[in-house]
Amino acid sequence: MKQLKNISMYIFLTTASFISIFPFFWMVVSATNTSLAVTGGRLLPGTNLMENLRSLLEMTELLTAFANSAQIAIVTTLSALFIASLAGYGFEVFQSKTKDFVFNILLASMMIPFAALMIPLFRMFANLSNQVPFLGINTHVAVILPTVTTAFLIFFFRQSTKMFPKDILEAGRMDGLSELGIFIKIYLPTMKTTYAAAAIITFMSSWNSYLWPLVVIQSPEKQTLPLLISNLGSSYAPDFGVIMLAIVLATLPVALIFFILQKQFVAGMIGSVK
Amino acid sequence: MILQKKNTVLSDVTLKKRLRKSDLVGWGFISIAVMMIFIFYFYPMLQALILSFQSGMGTNLGFIGIDNYIRLVQDTTFITAVSNTFIYLIIQVPIMILLALLLSVLLNNKHLKGRGFFRTAIFLPCVTSLVAYATLFKYLFGHNGIINVLLMNLSLISAPIEWLTDPVLARVTIIMAITWRWTGYNMIFYLSSLQNIDHSIYEAAKIDGATGIHQFFKITIPLLKPIILFTSITSTIGTLQLFDEVVNITGGGPGNATLTISQYIYNLSFRYTPDFGYAATVSYAIVVMIIILSVIQFKVAGDKS
Repeated sequence: MKQLKNISMYIFLTTASFISIFPFFWMVVSATNTSLAVTGGRLLPGTNLMENLRSLLEMTELLTAFANSAQIAIVTTLSALFIASLAGYGFEVFQSKTKDFVFNILLASMMIPFAALMIPLFRMFANLSNQVPFLGINTHVAVILPTVTTAFLIFFFRQSTKMFPKDILEAGRMDGLSELGIFIKIYLPTMKTTYAAAAIITFMSSWNSYLWPLVVIQSPEKQTLPLLISNLGSSYAPDFGVIMLAIVLATLPVALIFFILQKQFVAGMIGSVK
Repeated sequence: MILQKKNTVLSDVTLKKRLRKSDLVGWGFISIAVMMIFIFYFYPMLQALILSFQSGMGTNLGFIGIDNYIRLVQDTTFITAVSNTFIYLIIQVPIMILLALLLSVLLNNKHLKGRGFFRTAIFLPCVTSLVAYATLFKYLFGHNGIINVLLMNLSLISAPIEWLTDPVLARVTIIMAITWRWTGYNMIFYLSSLQNIDHSIYEAAKIDGATGIHQFFKITIPLLKPIILFTSITSTIGTLQLFDEVVNITGGGPGNATLTISQYIYNLSFRYTPDFGYAATVSYAIVVMIIILSVIQFKVAGDKS
């Protein structure tokens, strides 16, 4: 009886793992095959990888999209970490009743669905387009600005700051450091793991974001990877090998981060609830 | 708190000065974030509310009172989108949460062989971008997709199943796709809280003769309740905003069989003749739904305790 239970448990876990991994396997294998082989159901690696890459580079602005996505994700991550950690630190170290009230109002913004912000934001940037073109529609600044500050990340930093030994701050004040100096010279270096976890979640959500770039980006040379994949996927005569390769390339950076920094990756995801 | 230590040394006046100064510095630290959230969340929310009482094409808008809201309750496409979204919500979220709970309980067993492998494998779908996995699923379940090819090779079916063009199966495909992407994510939350449960509780239950299923429902679930509440609220908010998957797997079709509210808002604003006013009205419907559902979930979780 016990053995039967054990076996069924392993069968269940193996099935779940198989279902989780199979799409990855199929996507990688298909990236090396011709479109015909993919639809024929081939499950073995082929020799068409370079040919697929050549077509992908020919058909799309892959490198540009890759560079755009990377640029947007990096700028978003750096500014998001700066703004959110300053705020999380400020709310926790300089706690007051009024600030806690403001903090709760900020938290309420987590309930706002992006679909409700999309139209006013679009109009806001469309109006800016006429006055300050580098800030308007179809710019990367417009992609970045509305997504840089999230209440979630501020909350995340505030929670982590609760663990921070406050005596060190007082020691810094005694040494004559300014408040900003304490933040930069003492807080920042000690909170490296928190920053790493926050960087991973922010980078990932920026790298993957679709709806807002879809609304705000209009020309091909400004488009991001998710937009490129979505366009490829909705073409009338899709080349399956080429599309799979594009999906593999878009997934690769986040997958690499996951395998190299698994601990921080998971910490970032669940950090908010601790 | 820092200042209290020095109460004896500092006079009242200098203390007040320092307090005021430190308060001001604190506001400096939070100012950028507060400004950004107000500009990019609360101000647009207010704008959307004003827009929802306006109508017109493009930027040519005029006030029309509550006409948009009257149109909303009579709009069959909107009702379809809402019922689709609720079908996803009612079927997908419970399946995913139960599955994630079951997996996390199994993986919390320290004697399990291959624990690390199973955990990594089941978590792996979380690294994919929504568009990437949605496009992948579109081809997995396509007419010539590998699922159909495999099922036909195994002689389980004689003709390809129309996963994406049959109204019912299209919804099933969307539900399977979302479950694939998010089960591992929820599992990680449960696993991390399971690790904090004192194992002696289970030992005591075993002595009292509680079976595994009993332990699961009487001990594990009640102890995980806060985290289950958290994940069900985030999943609910996520499902109400569903967009990337549906757009890239079925495009909302066949007909409007898989259309979601977010996609309808997008279509109203950017695909049909733009009607920002009415689209804003539809978007406020999501806001109201999120608030109502979150309150209900809090109430349900609160009553049981």
